[in-house]
Amino acid sequence: MGLPYWAMILFAIASMAIVGMVAERIVLRPVLGYPAFTVVMITIGLGYVLRGVVTMVPGWGTETYALRTPFSEGILKLGDVVLAVQQLAVIGMTALLCFVLYLFFRFSRIGIAMQATSQNQLAAYYMGIPVRRVNMMIWGLSAAVAAFAGILLAPVTFVHSNMGFIGLKAFPAAVVGGFGSVPGSIVGGLIIGLVEALAGFYLPEGFKDVAAYVVVLVVLLVWPSGIFGETVRKKV
Amino acid sequence: MSFFKVEQLGIRFGGVVAVNDVSFEVNRGEVFTIIGPNGAGKTTIFNLVGLIYPPTSGRIEFEGRELTGMAPHRVAEFGIARTFQNIELFEHASVLQNLLIGRHRHRATSLWQELLFLPSVRRREIEAREAVEKVIDFLELAKYRDSLVAGLPYGVRKVVELGRALATEPKLLLLDEPSSGLNPEETDDMAFWIEDIKKLLGITVLMVEHDMNLVSRVSDRVLALNMGEVIAEGTAAEVQSHPAVIEAYLGGAVK
Repeated sequence: MGLPYWAMILFAIASMAIVGMVAERIVLRPVLGYPAFTVVMITIGLGYVLRGVVTMVPGWGTETYALRTPFSEGILKLGDVVLAVQQLAVIGMTALLCFVLYLFFRFSRIGIAMQATSQNQLAAYYMGIPVRRVNMMIWGLSAAVAAFAGILLAPVTFVHSNMGFIGLKAFPAAVVGGFGSVPGSIVGGLIIGLVEALAGFYLPEGFKDVAAYVVVLVVLLVWPSGIFGETVRKKV
Repeated sequence: MSFFKVEQLGIRFGGVVAVNDVSFEVNRGEVFTIIGPNGAGKTTIFNLVGLIYPPTSGRIEFEGRELTGMAPHRVAEFGIARTFQNIELFEHASVLQNLLIGRHRHRATSLWQELLFLPSVRRREIEAREAVEKVIDFLELAKYRDSLVAGLPYGVRKVVELGRALATEPKLLLLDEPSSGLNPEETDDMAFWIEDIKKLLGITVLMVEHDMNLVSRVSDRVLALNMGEVIAEGTAAEVQSHPAVIEAYLGGAVK
């Protein structure tokens, strides 16, 4: 579209936030109060529909595009280690995003209201939290975060209509780290990433693809609620 | 102007009339209790008053302002708090955090102020913590301050829920079966607290309750319901000896 890179980032994030809020209003609000699994299935379905629609748009289709960034060329030498500036930028931006999200959920009134709403909608109402509006903001925020993640990923994997499937890798990371824990998902992601990379290098062909799931299995056996997940024991 | 007034309230679910033409008034500073056998419509009235259900007919007024038709999150803004029969807490948060969320409506700082932790935010935070500590002292919750709610015994969770309602600084407190699931000793504590909430904190209480000992001990006035309709109103003793109430609980006389 001829806009500079940084303006494009802001534009993409803002428009995805709106897409997220519209999706909440149209598709997800009717199932407010249903089990979380319903919402999971609906969003997976919505993902397939949107993917199908995108591939039918003339000029986008199923092509693969490269995304040029201001970091595309540079490399950094630290002794014998050669690092692409691109990769460092991605790591740095991810860390920044995690830090901002942490501050948001820990200290802001709206972030705390989001956590309260996710734990108990009925109780949240009586604390004066506008549950519907907060839900809409949650979906807007998650779509914006997804857009940012997509932008960080694009220079590494190129842009195509199926790039969203990498999200399936996020699932083992969340299980390993413990659902609902931000530090957990970072540690989980690092573990899964390292295991995969090392399995690809040291183990025979094919092990790379199953390594993540082996880790998930082991973690589930040892810490059923993930490494950072809180253990809740029911007292009888 | 009455403090809290319900006028000809009614709700139907399909063909079932759950509440029919119920009217009552609660005076400032009293404990008003609704009793009735199972299925009488007590909790339904609470859900109507709490704006979870929109009534089919009638109106609800609080301090001269009409509540009917408003979004449920605005109930807190008016100064009405409630507890639930089956406890609705934020399970994965500590007792302190649950009470702090009760302060939500008293905070009016913006996102940017909060992320920068400006002095105004700090002041509000200190205010909130002081208010919550008072509730913790009042209900003797200090021992559990930092415990995760999900791991606490039922009786304590019941008190935490009461504490969270008090942390919102309500003018009217709705208690849905405060003694359900409590042992006699805990019920006794609950009765003390309800009396103190009325006398020391000056909060008006509207409650639904089964335990007639507790009802007679704390209630100024009692309303008896059966099949969604009012059958008696008066002091606890008057209502308990009312023939229609005895019939509703024990069935008609043997002929």
